[in-house]
Amino acid sequence: MRSLRSVEVLALVILAVLVALVVAVPLRRGSEVDRRDDQRRAALEAAKEAKYREIRDAEMDLRMGKLGPEDHREIDTGLRAEAIEILHELDKLGADEASDPSPAPGAPAGEGPVGGR
Amino acid sequence: MAALGSACLIIGLMTALYAAGASLYGARSGRRQFVVSGRRAIYCLAGLLVVAMVVLETAFLRSDFSFALVAQGSSTDTPTFYKASAMWATQQGSLMLWVFLLSILSSAALFVTRHRHRDIAPYAAAVLAAVGAFFLFLMIAYENPFATLSPVPPEGAGLNPLLRHPAMMIHPPLLYTGYVGFSIPFAFAIGALITRRTDADWIRSTRRFALLAWTFLGTGILLGALWSYAELGWGGYWAWDPVENASLMPWLTGTAFLHSIMVQEKRGMLKLWNVSLIIATFVLALLGTFLVRSGILDSIHAFGASTLGTPFLIFIVVVIGGSTALVLSRRRELRSEARLDSLLSREAFFLLNNLVLVAICAVIFWGTFFPLISEAVTGTESSVGPPFFNAVTTPLAIALVLLAGIGPVLAWRRVTPAGLRRAALFPAAATLATLVALLAFTRARDSVPALVMFCLVAFVLAVVGQEFWRGTAARRIATGESRPRALGQLVLRNRRRYGGFLAHAGIALLFLGVAASSAFIDQRDVRLSPGGARGGDANTATYRGGTASLGGDDAGTGAAISLGAVLDVRKGEQRFVLRPSRNYYRTADPSKGPIGRFFEGEATSEVDLRWGLRRDLWTAIQPDVATLTKAVQRLDRDPRIANAGPAQQLRAIAALAEIYRRDPPPAQFRALVSPLVVWIWVGGAVVLMGALIALWPAPEARMRRVSSLHGARLGRELSGA
Amino acid sequence: MDPSRKRKLRLVVALSAAVLLGAALVYTSFSSATEASTPSDVLRSGEPGRSYELTGKVAKGSVEREGDELRFRVRDRDGTTSVPVEYAGVVPDPFREGREVIVSGGLDGGKFVAERDSLVTKCPSKFTKDKDGGGAER
Repeated sequence: MRSLRSVEVLALVILAVLVALVVAVPLRRGSEVDRRDDQRRAALEAAKEAKYREIRDAEMDLRMGKLGPEDHREIDTGLRAEAIEILHELDKLGADEASDPSPAPGAPAGEGPVGGR
Repeated sequence: MAALGSACLIIGLMTALYAAGASLYGARSGRRQFVVSGRRAIYCLAGLLVVAMVVLETAFLRSDFSFALVAQGSSTDTPTFYKASAMWATQQGSLMLWVFLLSILSSAALFVTRHRHRDIAPYAAAVLAAVGAFFLFLMIAYENPFATLSPVPPEGAGLNPLLRHPAMMIHPPLLYTGYVGFSIPFAFAIGALITRRTDADWIRSTRRFALLAWTFLGTGILLGALWSYAELGWGGYWAWDPVENASLMPWLTGTAFLHSIMVQEKRGMLKLWNVSLIIATFVLALLGTFLVRSGILDSIHAFGASTLGTPFLIFIVVVIGGSTALVLSRRRELRSEARLDSLLSREAFFLLNNLVLVAICAVIFWGTFFPLISEAVTGTESSVGPPFFNAVTTPLAIALVLLAGIGPVLAWRRVTPAGLRRAALFPAAATLATLVALLAFTRARDSVPALVMFCLVAFVLAVVGQEFWRGTAARRIATGESRPRALGQLVLRNRRRYGGFLAHAGIALLFLGVAASSAFIDQRDVRLSPGGARGGDANTATYRGGTASLGGDDAGTGAAISLGAVLDVRKGEQRFVLRPSRNYYRTADPSKGPIGRFFEGEATSEVDLRWGLRRDLWTAIQPDVATLTKAVQRLDRDPRIANAGPAQQLRAIAALAEIYRRDPPPAQFRALVSPLVVWIWVGGAVVLMGALIALWPAPEARMRRVSSLHGARLGRELSGA
Repeated sequence: MDPSRKRKLRLVVALSAAVLLGAALVYTSFSSATEASTPSDVLRSGEPGRSYELTGKVAKGSVEREGDELRFRVRDRDGTTSVPVEYAGVVPDPFREGREVIVSGGLDGGKFVAERDSLVTKCPSKFTKDKDGGGAER
């Protein structure tokens, strides 16, 4: 290992200090209250979006003739029941749906798959 | 400046280690401030690596030869465009690129999930930081991109002319984005396993990263194939070389992963399969990155053992061992929530498709590592070549295309027999019609696999077309929109589904091109004298004259001299001209004479290619420079030339070029007629379009509106129930 | 048939298919493999009629072109034993004296007669993200 030149040492020190400053900020804030609620709500939101998409997909399969009406009814009922459960849970968390913050980024949605109702 | 770069790497390594440690500590102790601090450390790492990249790129662009890497991979006469990409043509530069992309994507992934996955994200951060730390360690300890040279050399060795092509500029970044992209879902999977939260949650957030990675990796692979076809002197697009295979394998398992996670999201099945698949994909991505550097396999890309072989092997063993142990210990949480209802369901066919894809990956793996296997089993090292690979992958590829056609037709859980009949009628008719037409009007029957593939391609295209048609029709019934608007809205509101269908169509087109160009290629090697002609099936090519040009070759790659031919091609009524040539680059080798140096350096084939929707005509030339040898030798021995400056030498070269042009010698030509090969690239573009549609996020406003719409509806049912 | 028996049956079918395919794979690979040999291997124990994959470096000063045919000598990577090669077909761009090559073919007398288009030349530098021509058809 060749010996370090002074300019290298300087660069090392400056960078180390910069990084240390940035990562220490949260540490100085002290321990946050563990907002498990936030996470739970976000997870429920994501599950809700996914459930909605499944309901839409099933409806689309019905319209395209891939799923028979009886099969669809059975699946649809099950999915709606699961969705209602999720909504119950969200209600329990005291979430107001109309003023929800941005929904989970991983679950795109749209209006009815083949058109409005 | 190199000092700054080195410092960035060293501090980066420490930052990465801190990020891993802080995230782990914060997760285990519940002290969230350490988790946040660890995440910020990863943002810092990204910042440091941006600085390091800027330093390195600037050195290349300025031809700063105090950087050993610049002296090794670039030169003052490398065109600027290629100076920028020369960095990742080197070992050290490509490691730098890898960890740079890793830090950027990790920062993005952790930022996007900072409010969700509070259990999983810290472990994912730790995994990503650890991988980054490994790459940084490799660079600092073994292959430092910021090594300096003293004294500073006046000139660099230059970029290998074969790499001077736009596709080669973006090929490595695309591939690496793919490899790195797959490490995100891997890291979250590990986090999910550690915290035992093995439901579909970890999938939902990382699905986009997996799709992004898949898209980039696939595009990178296809660009590499295109470059090989259009640039290299052999006219093929895939040689089953170990390095090519190493990039294809993670793409195959990645494709399987993209399908099987849908099953887990919908039905809670295949949990064990999914984590295993993403672990395998990540391991294969590491293999893809390192195979060329490890010296394990003989490849045209590898050259003996390199220093990175051992550390890499250790790392892979640790990753495989650790992941396997983790998966085994979480067996219970990975049990399926549901069972397969029926074989006629999307779940069943997705599973089948997965099995086929994994089988293809397995046979390619077997063939690629066969030298090691045969050495272990029989004691002598033998290898298998393209005939083996083509033979074993063809039936699997046919199965894959068949499944790609059936999949879109099915629904989740089960499909009624009536529904199936309704859906299969048009595609079956289309397939049959194609079969009849092919048998009657073409010589497709000469190759049964190709014939089968053509019919299946028709099948897939018919299925996809039918899906778009029926979907549009159903929407028009509901909304009364015009056809184009209905189609647009349909796709916009069902991006994943229709993007996926489009990708299937693209894959079918790609296999159309592959099947046709593999089975029906017409290759001829001829030696022609000026004025000579040779005819093929439909074309006659006449060697009209020679071409010779100095400096400034068309591609701008900095060749000193280009020698070639003008070929007059007549095809029925059509006439066109092809100009294949060969570029000669100067070598710095002092043992060659001053003029001889121009002809003894690297030489590349500049192919001339005429694209066509139905067939491509590809030509390459091997000029006979032996006729110039005597003149070259005379010039080399002439003392006036040795003492002359570069301008004089160029004049001598110009004189030689003129001799060649005026009296061109006979030359060796290779001509390939490849049917339908352009559909490979077209198909790839369609797949890319489909993937981009599927990737595109829905605008937030619409999402909120829809959520409340649905919520209101369900609420009504709640109160009504 | 009750569901669990159906599932077991499916599993058995799947596993048998996998075993059969695996056997087919192993058989195909071992029967179509070519042995990698150095010039000394080939000269020492090469049998006429068998296909070998000759690997080594192109000996300096040994490259001659005669019309379509290319003649050169391949020597051991670290050594001087060399064997003359007769080759016809596409010559990859990086082909040059001193470079590592792989060429398939058989022994005929003291000469190595190469299969058409089977010449592959390795890239010169330790690591280049580079692709090469040749070796397309064997």
